Amino acid sequence: MTITGAEILVRCLQDEQIEFIFGYPGGAALHIYDALYRQEAVKHILVRHEQGATHAADGYARSTGKPGVVLVTSGPGVTNTVTGIATAFMDSIPMVVITAQVPSTLIGDDAFQEVDTVGITRPCVKHNFLVKDVADLATTMKKAFYLATSGRPGPVVVDVPKDITNETAAYDYPKRVAMRSYQPRSKGHSKQIARGVDLLLRAKRPIIYTGGGAVLGDAQKPLRELVDLLGFPCTTTLMGLGAIAASNRYFLGMLGMHGTYESNMAMHDCDVMLAVGARFDDRVTGDLEKFSPGTRIVQIDIDPSSIGKNVAVEVPIVGDCGDVLGEMVKLAAPRLDEIERPAVERWWRQIDEWKSLDSLAYTHSDEVIKPQYVVQKMMEVTGGDAFVTSDVGQHQMWAAQYYGFEAPRRWINSGGLGTMGFGLPAAMGVQLAHPKEAVACITGDASIIMCIQELSTCKQYDLPIKVINLNNRYMGMVRQWQEFFYDRRYSHSYMDALPDFVALAESFGHAGMRVEKPAEVEDALKQAFAMKERLVFVDVVTDPAENVYPMIAAGKGHNEMHLKPGCAGEAEVERELA
Amino acid sequence: MRRIISVLLENEAGALSRVAGLFSARGYNIESLTVAPTDDDSLSRMTIVTFGTDQIIEQITKQLNKLIEVVKLSDLTEGHHIERELMLVKVGTTGSDQREEIKRLNDIFRGRIIDVTDSTYTLELTGNSQKVDAFLEALAPFEIIEVVRSGISGIGRGKRALKV
Repeated sequence: MTITGAEILVRCLQDEQIEFIFGYPGGAALHIYDALYRQEAVKHILVRHEQGATHAADGYARSTGKPGVVLVTSGPGVTNTVTGIATAFMDSIPMVVITAQVPSTLIGDDAFQEVDTVGITRPCVKHNFLVKDVADLATTMKKAFYLATSGRPGPVVVDVPKDITNETAAYDYPKRVAMRSYQPRSKGHSKQIARGVDLLLRAKRPIIYTGGGAVLGDAQKPLRELVDLLGFPCTTTLMGLGAIAASNRYFLGMLGMHGTYESNMAMHDCDVMLAVGARFDDRVTGDLEKFSPGTRIVQIDIDPSSIGKNVAVEVPIVGDCGDVLGEMVKLAAPRLDEIERPAVERWWRQIDEWKSLDSLAYTHSDEVIKPQYVVQKMMEVTGGDAFVTSDVGQHQMWAAQYYGFEAPRRWINSGGLGTMGFGLPAAMGVQLAHPKEAVACITGDASIIMCIQELSTCKQYDLPIKVINLNNRYMGMVRQWQEFFYDRRYSHSYMDALPDFVALAESFGHAGMRVEKPAEVEDALKQAFAMKERLVFVDVVTDPAENVYPMIAAGKGHNEMHLKPGCAGEAEVERELA
Repeated sequence: MRRIISVLLENEAGALSRVAGLFSARGYNIESLTVAPTDDDSLSRMTIVTFGTDQIIEQITKQLNKLIEVVKLSDLTEGHHIERELMLVKVGTTGSDQREEIKRLNDIFRGRIIDVTDSTYTLELTGNSQKVDAFLEALAPFEIIEVVRSGISGIGRGKRALKV
């Protein structure tokens, strides 16, 4: 028996046990939409803009570990997804994006709503396909899911011309596909792992530095075991938050441009570094010339090209972070007496000294709402186990700094590409995947506007997201850089005609709240999170002059941090630098 | 340092643009790139001549390996190898002295004359890049109408082979 290409596509999704597909219909996709209409297993979520579909699928994927799936039409449907695909690509998020294409007979004719999808998406996908024969469709879909979810995950685009979705073929979904040109390795090389452990045990000033790979590889269990076993300090990147519990006594907080003083100083002064699924991004390393001089580095990554890309590595280990860390725990456990305890204790005393500067301290005010205070209160109100999505800018950094993530996959943000507009649609995907859990989108007045149309989607599917808008009437991070580096010339960073967010949310059918006094923050958040059935838009009017500290300016080293003016440690740091 | 990287990749539409895109997106240098199907028609073989520091070359090979369609690759310059390039050059000739001189040069370089008119010779030369460059230099006094170079193809010496 043969079925149409459109039916094959939907059957593939069913066989992959896909719960949700995020999409937006259009001419070239209509056969597929018709096939979706005639079944119930795969639920289609109608977004209001294709960018929203990709971010929602992305949020779904980040919070579950399962691939997010998107369906869009040709032409503008595709171009609107590019930001979302690039976002997923930069953060290695498994995603399959099905794009409809004009009929094969019209490809290359500049047909209506035609765009070279494979060409446009090529630089920001793990792989992409143009399906030319309906008989190849099922195998191509299998390959797409296999590629998206294995090895270093990433987005895969499957471009399907309209005529292919109407032609028929027998349906046979392969159980697995083998590709001679793609054989990702998960087990690390045992000799290399042993060398890594040897180096770690001999360390006098060790640090464990983990990134998004530890979250993607579900490495939290062996990571926590290893950290507790060795008693070594651990820091994570923005993408790695939650892999180790924020409350773990060996956790130093986030590192990098807005990381804690102790994390960055420890990265600079360490003698042995274990990098786990982290790619030495420029926001993490600062100036590479000044990065961690003389340190011997062990790096675990599933992607060989991430190893030694920016920083020379002594012991490279290609493999799945979880697998390799598990092996390391086994090797290290019987050899703990080899650790140079007195040296490591001295190292901890030094770290505690750095920690005592309290680099995340801020001055509370009874007059204006400090954004940091809002995040702290939100953490209290949610018990610290909400799913938190964010957009990009100051609010993102404050969310990362002040919401202590105890578990992985709870902190959902665009770390690599830095996509404003990510937070709200991502929260939709998270909320759909976790209908009973608290899902908050910490955002800012500039970012939220970028995908505000998705409030309509939230209404249609009753998604009770809590939007916490840290409204400082500025593109805060742009303003901060202009204050620091452009002599306070605030070129186009002021949001001059902001909407009444409460009225806006209400017009979409949601609840809106405006908070203007510090004393009102806690109650407002309690009220908002108590409304379990509704989306609540909490517009918090925050201090427009607040900056994100500490900070490593671009081109500076880890030991050249700027602390908050007037904070206890500032004078000391200045002295050290002088 | 100059390197010659041989790549076996799936013989599929779009594979070439992925490789070219990788080099332009990451700012790697391409001196030449040749590609054609092999005896196994599911595979193409590509020869890329590039240059960069050891660290950049390592990244290039890793990034190439990461492309889904790349099956296998090898840096020929890591061992003994042979490289060859084909050049076709059309030279304008006036008078029998010039024609004799060009023929002599062609003999010295072991080229072949593949097309003749009363005012042109078209010459074919195969060799490594230096030989091809030297031949062009030798022809410089004459009127060079057109030059076509294939780019380098390379193969390992002895038993060393790049195959699936």
